[in-house]
Amino acid sequence: MASGEGGGAGDYISHHLINHTTELVEGNSFWTINTDSVFYTILLAVLYLWFFRRVAKKASAGVPSKTQNFLEMIIGFIDTQVKDIFHGTSKIVAPLALSIFIWVFLMNFMDLIPVDLLPWLGTLVGIHYMKVVPSTDLNITFGMSFGVMLIVFYYSFTVKKPFVLGYLKEFATHPFESPNLLVQSILAIPNIFLNIVETIAKPVSLGLRLFGNMYAGELIFILIAVLTLNYGWSDAFSFSGATMGFVQFLLALAWALFHILIITLQAYIFMMLSVVYLNMSHETHDSH
Amino acid sequence: MNINATLIIQALVFFVVIVITMKYIWPQILGAMEEREKKIADGLAAGDRAEKELNQAKAKVETLIVEAKEQASHIKDQATQMATKIKDQAKSDALAEKERQLTAAKVEIEQETNRAKEALRQQVSALAIAGTERLISKEVDAKKHADLLDDLIKEI
Repeated sequence: MASGEGGGAGDYISHHLINHTTELVEGNSFWTINTDSVFYTILLAVLYLWFFRRVAKKASAGVPSKTQNFLEMIIGFIDTQVKDIFHGTSKIVAPLALSIFIWVFLMNFMDLIPVDLLPWLGTLVGIHYMKVVPSTDLNITFGMSFGVMLIVFYYSFTVKKPFVLGYLKEFATHPFESPNLLVQSILAIPNIFLNIVETIAKPVSLGLRLFGNMYAGELIFILIAVLTLNYGWSDAFSFSGATMGFVQFLLALAWALFHILIITLQAYIFMMLSVVYLNMSHETHDSH
Repeated sequence: MNINATLIIQALVFFVVIVITMKYIWPQILGAMEEREKKIADGLAAGDRAEKELNQAKAKVETLIVEAKEQASHIKDQATQMATKIKDQAKSDALAEKERQLTAAKVEIEQETNRAKEALRQQVSALAIAGTERLISKEVDAKKHADLLDDLIKEI
């Protein structure tokens, strides 16, 4: 049901991949905000917090309401998962996992809203560029993966005694270690190299995985929408127009159904990997 | 697809969301869940305990019933014995009373008889005197003939 605006398919697609931006500092590409991403991500965060808080306020140990039951199911599930993986005592990990799971799921869920619906509403109020799925914005996924890594660093520094030095020592002595001091100091070179790669790879892969999956999914929705790009409402009753419309409907339906799995899975993976990284930050390798 | 300040904003929002979740959402809901779990566990334990107690009470009731039955039959036996005893007692009492009254009556009858005999004898002696007086037409000195009269009276 793509509106026939603009020229070819290429224009249509690239138009959909441009963020609405606000420059904080004139001409500086870094101090720019992707207004649409920030708007939707905060909107979804508020939605999540409001919904859960509403239940948490009235949470009772008696007979739970249906909503409370539903949320308890999610929280119970996450609590089990976290307890299985994370062996530290930190109180932050389980709430963090819940936040990531629900929030990322909601962001990904924006993918299931018809690709042109919200941008079309945007054009009505004079906004001409809009990406509605925050997790197809690299800034958003990296924002979260770097956030997770900051917490990981915090725990790495404080849990591994002595403060910071414990972490740096591990940096130089793992994964290759030797009781011989000379051999160990030689092994420190590959150790440090490997650990630097690993430390960078963690947040980058975490952010890129979610971004890549959601970006690809969004792109396929856009490509499906392109099928009827050159048809207008007046073609709905012509043979080719109706056929293409039907094909588009079937494809979009099939992809949306499959995508339900992907969005949940990606939210789950993001959550689990965050918990795994946090668990690693709590582990000391003294037992080796 | 530039990396820009959105990343920083997202990271900040991320921390805020985590903190809010950690303070105002997670503990409340999980707390309610754990409390309910505890309640249910307590309830089940109480149920088990109650069942055990019920069984104990049932067993106790059974022994009490058996005891009560024994006691009841014991009391019945005693009562029967006592009743027999009382009956026998009453019987023997009645017999004794009968005997007593009978002897009393006999004694009285005898006394009455003796009294009547005496009275009769007096009257007969008086009659005899009167008769004799008339016969000899002469006053008999009662004192002179006392011996005679006594003999007479005895004879009567």
